[in-house]
Amino acid sequence: MTVAPVRPAESDAPAVAEPTVAPGPFGAPILRKEDRRLAAGEGRYLDDLGHEALAAAFLRSPHAHARIVDIDIDAALDVEGVVAIYTYEDLDGRVAEPLPLLIPHPALHAPRTAYPLAKDVVRHVGEPVAMVVATDRYTAEDAVSLIRVEWEPLPAVIGIDAAVAAEHAVHPDVPDNVAAHLVQEVGDAQAAIAAAPRSLTLDLHVERSASTPLEGKGVYARWDADDRSLRVYTSTQTSTSVRFALAAKLSLPVDRVEVVTPDVGGGFGVKIVHPWPEEVLVPWAAIRLRREVKWVEDRREHFISSAHERAQKHTVRVGFDDEGRILGLDVRFWHDNGAYTPYGIIVPIITSTQLLGPYKVGAYRVEFHSLYTNTVMVTPYRGAGRVHACFVMERVMDAVADHCGLDRAQVRLTNMIRPEEMPYDQGLIFQDGRPLIYDTGDFPRSLRAALDLVDWEGFAAVRAQAQAEGRRVGIGLATYVEGTGVGPYEGAYVRVETTGDVVVATGLTTQGQGHATVFAQIAAQELGVPVDRVTVTTGDTRRFKYGVGTFASRAAVMSGNAVALAARKVRAKALRIAAAALAADESELTIVDGVVSVRGFPDGPSIPLATVAVLANPLRYAFDEEAKRATQFAVPATDGPPVPEGEEPGLEATAWYSPVRSTFANGVHAAVVETDPETAEIRVLRYCVVHDCGTVINPMIVEGQVHGGVAQGVGGALYERIVYDESGQLVNASFMDFLMPYASEVPTVEIDHVTSPSPLNPLGVKGVGEAGVIPGHAVLAAAIEDAEGIRIDRMPISPAELFDLRRRLAAGEDIGLRRRSRGEGPS
Amino acid sequence: MKPPSFGYHRPQTVAEALSVLARYGPDAKVLAGGQSLIPLLNMRLAAPKVLVDINRLGAELDRLDEDEQAVRVGALVRHARLARRTPSTSTTGTSMADAAEASIPPLLAEATRYVAHPTIRNRGTTVGSLVHADPAAELPAVLLLCGGSVELASVHGTRTVPAEQFFVGPLQSALAPGELAVAATFPRPPARSGSAFREVSRRAGDYALVGVALQVALDGDGQVASARAAYLSVGPTPVLVDLTDAVHGSTVDWEDAGRLAQSQVEPDDDIHASAAYRRHLVGVLTRRAGEVALARAREASGDA
Amino acid sequence: MTPEPDTRLVGATAVTPGDSGTADRGTVPAAGDLFDITLRVNRVPYTVRVPARRLLSDCLRHDLKLTGTHVGCEHGVCGACTVLLDGEPVRSCLLLAVTVDGQSVTTMEGCRGPDGGLGPVQRAFMECHGLQCGFCTPGFVTTVTAFLAENPDPTEEQAREAIGGNLCRCTGYQNIVKSVLRAAELIRAADGGAGHLREPGSTNGNGPVTVDGEA
Repeated sequence: MTVAPVRPAESDAPAVAEPTVAPGPFGAPILRKEDRRLAAGEGRYLDDLGHEALAAAFLRSPHAHARIVDIDIDAALDVEGVVAIYTYEDLDGRVAEPLPLLIPHPALHAPRTAYPLAKDVVRHVGEPVAMVVATDRYTAEDAVSLIRVEWEPLPAVIGIDAAVAAEHAVHPDVPDNVAAHLVQEVGDAQAAIAAAPRSLTLDLHVERSASTPLEGKGVYARWDADDRSLRVYTSTQTSTSVRFALAAKLSLPVDRVEVVTPDVGGGFGVKIVHPWPEEVLVPWAAIRLRREVKWVEDRREHFISSAHERAQKHTVRVGFDDEGRILGLDVRFWHDNGAYTPYGIIVPIITSTQLLGPYKVGAYRVEFHSLYTNTVMVTPYRGAGRVHACFVMERVMDAVADHCGLDRAQVRLTNMIRPEEMPYDQGLIFQDGRPLIYDTGDFPRSLRAALDLVDWEGFAAVRAQAQAEGRRVGIGLATYVEGTGVGPYEGAYVRVETTGDVVVATGLTTQGQGHATVFAQIAAQELGVPVDRVTVTTGDTRRFKYGVGTFASRAAVMSGNAVALAARKVRAKALRIAAAALAADESELTIVDGVVSVRGFPDGPSIPLATVAVLANPLRYAFDEEAKRATQFAVPATDGPPVPEGEEPGLEATAWYSPVRSTFANGVHAAVVETDPETAEIRVLRYCVVHDCGTVINPMIVEGQVHGGVAQGVGGALYERIVYDESGQLVNASFMDFLMPYASEVPTVEIDHVTSPSPLNPLGVKGVGEAGVIPGHAVLAAAIEDAEGIRIDRMPISPAELFDLRRRLAAGEDIGLRRRSRGEGPS
Repeated sequence: MKPPSFGYHRPQTVAEALSVLARYGPDAKVLAGGQSLIPLLNMRLAAPKVLVDINRLGAELDRLDEDEQAVRVGALVRHARLARRTPSTSTTGTSMADAAEASIPPLLAEATRYVAHPTIRNRGTTVGSLVHADPAAELPAVLLLCGGSVELASVHGTRTVPAEQFFVGPLQSALAPGELAVAATFPRPPARSGSAFREVSRRAGDYALVGVALQVALDGDGQVASARAAYLSVGPTPVLVDLTDAVHGSTVDWEDAGRLAQSQVEPDDDIHASAAYRRHLVGVLTRRAGEVALARAREASGDA
Repeated sequence: MTPEPDTRLVGATAVTPGDSGTADRGTVPAAGDLFDITLRVNRVPYTVRVPARRLLSDCLRHDLKLTGTHVGCEHGVCGACTVLLDGEPVRSCLLLAVTVDGQSVTTMEGCRGPDGGLGPVQRAFMECHGLQCGFCTPGFVTTVTAFLAENPDPTEEQAREAIGGNLCRCTGYQNIVKSVLRAAELIRAADGGAGHLREPGSTNGNGPVTVDGEA
């Protein structure tokens, strides 16, 4: 390899001006790098590792609430192949303490977390009681079935109403079952409503659901007794934090703990919670037994012991004028947080703060109670509190429009924040403890784009045509604003190898979002190298130790910008070194296809990045051909030290991105549904999405995120729900009865893009992960309501429930839309 | 979710299978397609001491025997073989795309296409579905409607149990310990008749919230001579209802037939549907299936 | 409860080697007995010793280390574990390995191209962004492979119906439907159609199969 001779710059200005944004991989729909592995069946998910490890299985509580009188493991110990059985009494050190309260909050006045194995009392069906370690999972389950527990059942608190009534308590020292109580108020909402020309009260209810990734959780631990070090593989959304949590729990130096996230088969929120009981117990047992131990959650375990979400009841009062302008909004809601609160009250905080969406509501008061019940705990599921928030706000908009006899789109436009009002301060404190200030968004434009996409104006004809055919159709709208990219930070490491390949690592994890591709696009764009040369590692604390995790549509914003900043540092360093080698001014240099050259003179003097990487690390030992070129003897001696002051060896850099506050994505969904006049079956005929996630890094991946989110939104609205009976048994803990939609149930999604780049970060990105799911309940409730002329105040809704609403309407109950009395209702 | 241990036997002849079943009686369970049994084992809701795997008995049991009166479906005939004909959504009879299987009664083929998803149908068996006796399953209703029967073999001989005696309760059939269901016989529909299967399920491929298999026969004048329907998911077993009174002669009133059926079913609430909704669907589906079956009957009578 | 935890360490026990359970046809094997079975997986014959209760999914993944087959529910609903048994899609979590002794199985690994790279269906999934987390993908790829062998030129509606028994939590299916249609194009364009992907297997998977020199 030779360095081309330097050609002096011919003028101060480059001969060809470089465009502000160079054409490159950033923004292109390039195919995913990870798919060469994943589509070939070469992915490595948790259970693809550790075939020889011992297998763990858990005895889980069959009772919603019970005292453990005695545990008899004798028969289980006799099972051939059983290695160990543990109960709470065996736990030691900090493993015997309750699991951490991950996110404390002043309003969470009575936080409670579980022990890794139940101590004396179980508080939900599925709570782990004993752990069996055996030669294989079959044997472990055999032993579990032979453990005999004497239970003293206690009264179970199931559902929000029972929690509020508080005839029984989930935790004896929290007699009212209230874990948290929070009020936020902007202006005097009650006075504003009292003074408003019109007002309405709505009772709204969203039922329980769950993330339900196709791969459950799983943990595989390897203890190296000689090195006194622990490696843990876990199917998590935050390997960095699991590492710190395990070091603390197991009383190990952090540097003796490595946490690796293999390929993850979906997360959708449930895997951000950590450390799970099993995540502590499996490594703990591996250390104790000096054997590799693995636990792979099965589907039933996932239903009864992983986290759920949704489950809120709202009572809303709204004051408005004749034009449908909202003057005051007073929201009280009750949030079912399940038996424990390790993830704090993030979900209801998000609901309470994101509820306002793109609207100005005059004065706003929100008050919530977060309640204990004898059910699986509630932690964020994709959308995280926003699905309920959007449902409530958009139900209010439709109710106001109906009350005033106004077009539903017009009422929304009337209440929207205008683009010239950005940044817009809603006056609330968001989930990250920072002010809720919208950075960007042209909400009216997003709405108009959605109206065009769905042909809102033309729907009257569609409806008339359907009616003529004896069919019943309806259309609905829903808007949302989503806080994305919450802090506190992420970091990234970028290195150019002496081969010219680029290595990128970041702390957060990947569950299918295509980070290996989009982060490569960012690095490639910044460095001027082909995407093919970039390799990205996520979720491996051996490669990057610090980070927060993948949740809240934050990966592209947080790690994306960190990658960009790190790549810029590397680029700057490369240009410094190249400038010296080429005897050029670094401001004149550019990097194209991995080669540094003088801008405007692509055929002139140049130096490949690979060579720059060699030069960046002056060596003593020539271990290979590249290294030989970088030894002290190959590079001409200068007066200065081989590594100049302020520089570090290696063409690499680490950078951090830590925003002052969140970015805010927004969007509008419109849906057309058909309801069968006889069977009350509900079919989504059209589903239109307009979304604004700021600058788009890879439109193919963005659309894929939207498609998947919409499928979860439709599933959540029409099919899925977690059902407990009054005794606290989860009665549909299988895919037979928890109805995740198949292809036959999910509509084709039509998408239009609106782009308002965020000014808050270098890339202008806002995040898209959750966008598709948020308006699902709201938009389908609106469309069904429109088709039926019956108020929809509870989601999800099944055909049987719609049938019931029809019967109640027919029986004279006051559940019809006002427009019916104006003769505008469905025939 | 791993099966418990069990003794395993894989006989090579039916006689051998019967001898094993005789030895183990109620402790033995037969494994054919396994599409209902293995989930129960994986969830440890069933724990047979011995599993008798009949999948090597294809020579004797993977048989479709047909004559002018009936089709006899052997215990190893997979659903897919009966469902293979091109689906027909028209009201004017079913197409006959697969000549080799063309003589399967149209109702049996139509109903089989509602059984779960194709991948399950590749493995699950018709007879296994009957023996499982799920009141929400399609095939028990079909067998009941067409007056079919199940052949139960044991070391003591073979008995043939008519459908109305075979379905005893939810997940309970007349199969006795020691017996192997070797075949089911589905009689062919009478001349000048038509049938239809309709169901409402939450997702495509799910068990039905309510389903109906319905058959109409015409007399020589093209008037309805008889109409009968079998309903699923409306009671502990499939429920057979004679609708003839409501649709007899020239005044065919399927709404009336629906009301008649509603009066004879006793559905339950569950998490997917209320009893009231199920009862309502009985009415709707009776009319929908009835109209289709009648049209098909008229076509079959050359009277369309 | 046992007071001293360490007394519970009863030690790992090696799996006891057993005879082929079918060696003596007259004897009913006891629970826990092991069976030597032969499977032809992706055209490679394997002999493996399994207990009767070993699910085919676990046998493929943990005994044969073919982890391309994924397990999502173990009750036959999600379809992630779908493999081709003598060419027909089946749920490997609903089959005992011992039941399919002697039969041919095609897994995700067997859907790769002749050069070991992406096969046409896998390539189509990559090109159409038909996968995100990739966990459900093996079940789709095997199902679609079999479907296209019988329906080389499907309509969009048929493509959607063909994948109707497989759950995906990430993609919303839209790009999977596209992938099916794209895979059909790729296969049609390739010489010989999908035939090379199909495991020839036995012509009648239901017939008796010789096991360990018997029958």
